[in-house]
Amino acid sequence: MGVGILVENLNAWYGTNHTLQDINLHIPANHATALIGPSGCGKSTFVRCLNRMHETNPIARVTGVIKMGDIDIYKDASPVEIRRRVGMVFQRPNPFPTMSIYDNVASGLKLNGFTGRRILDETVERSLKQAALWEEVKDDLKKKSGASLSGGQQQRMCIARALAVDPEVLLMDEPASALDPVSTSKIEDLIFQLKSQYTIVIVTHNMQQAARVAENTGFFLNGKMVEFDSTHKIFTNPRDKRTEDYITGRFG
Amino acid sequence: MRVKFHQSLDDLKEKLLVMAGMAEQAIQRSIEAYRTRDLSICELVLRSEPAINRLEREIDQMALDLLAMEQPMAIDLRFILSVIRINADLERVGDQAVNIAVRVREMGAFANVELPVDIPKLASLAAAMVRKALQAFIEADADLAKSVLKLDDQVDEMNDAAFYALSNLIKEQPEQTPQALNALIIARNLERVGDHATNIAEDVIFWVRGADVRHNAANI
Repeated sequence: MGVGILVENLNAWYGTNHTLQDINLHIPANHATALIGPSGCGKSTFVRCLNRMHETNPIARVTGVIKMGDIDIYKDASPVEIRRRVGMVFQRPNPFPTMSIYDNVASGLKLNGFTGRRILDETVERSLKQAALWEEVKDDLKKKSGASLSGGQQQRMCIARALAVDPEVLLMDEPASALDPVSTSKIEDLIFQLKSQYTIVIVTHNMQQAARVAENTGFFLNGKMVEFDSTHKIFTNPRDKRTEDYITGRFG
Repeated sequence: MRVKFHQSLDDLKEKLLVMAGMAEQAIQRSIEAYRTRDLSICELVLRSEPAINRLEREIDQMALDLLAMEQPMAIDLRFILSVIRINADLERVGDQAVNIAVRVREMGAFANVELPVDIPKLASLAAAMVRKALQAFIEADADLAKSVLKLDDQVDEMNDAAFYALSNLIKEQPEQTPQALNALIIARNLERVGDHATNIAEDVIFWVRGADVRHNAANI
């Protein structure tokens, strides 16, 4: 099951560049939450703070508190543990090119020390089913490489790979921006189904997509979160003029 | 910046204002026809209806295209929804003008009698509501739109008073029934014009403030 995420006074820097400033918000469990904003506004940095990837850059720094359920992710757990609990899907599908579909999906489990054949088989099947890819690849699991799939299939395989380690939170950084409309709609259907089991945070430049998939939406601008509200409110009658100007295309 | 889209929104507004001008002119002419019993003015009103209907279809199509092609959000989405609704109300204002013109034409077949109802006054109030509602639309002024809602009660009261006065006339002087019935229907048409102006004002408030105040003035 997904967990809620509580963010308190989060600040992040790249060197001297203060990229996130005093972010406070509550991301509810088992909901899809969209983050929108112009390029460079800090939304991707924000999701990278949620799985402690931001700190992998030597000049990056984070202060503040992020709680997932009862756990303070910067105090109570290691980055490796957090990244197991928080799956991430990127803009471009990133399969391991030399691995089969099966090995791609099982890679996270193997890294976490699971080697039992039966567990691996079951997990690969469950994850591919959750990612709505099983029927398309079940006969070629070990025959085909992950890189031989279409872009949309690769992205669903990457989602399956993220789900295989049984995370509580799924971060998606523009997961459909490189996909055609049919593949995009499959990813969106998937988000709709997955949120009953996971807490989903999706960064998107496609505002219609945010409106379609997310219950809540946050608008970032210049490193600050300008507005966070129900998606319905944000896209029909936002409180802040800057939000309205952005979503109606009056700047950016 | 979505320059083309925002230009299209301006074009849509301009077209709706053309429609508004035609609907307003039709209602003014129908009242003038009542006041003067000039059948040539009735003909003008009747002849203007196809143009109003054609504009209604064109505006709907423009709005539909913008919804489909531009996927508007927030104030732009509310604007387009408001335009679609206001467009329908303006077309109905045009219909009311036609109904009045038809009644005036029928009244011409009977002797002119003094009726115990001030139709021009009712008409001027209803027309003022339409004017104010459209002014509110032009200026995106929700406060002005709110003031229109208050006028509707006055129009309703005048229509009720006309109903009782004309009912009594029919009872007391049955030979005047045809003229009284026509005046009764005209009063009813004008009351409907007031209702359409109220709808337009509510749509302006929805567009500007994002508040749906229909059927519940307490939310304003």
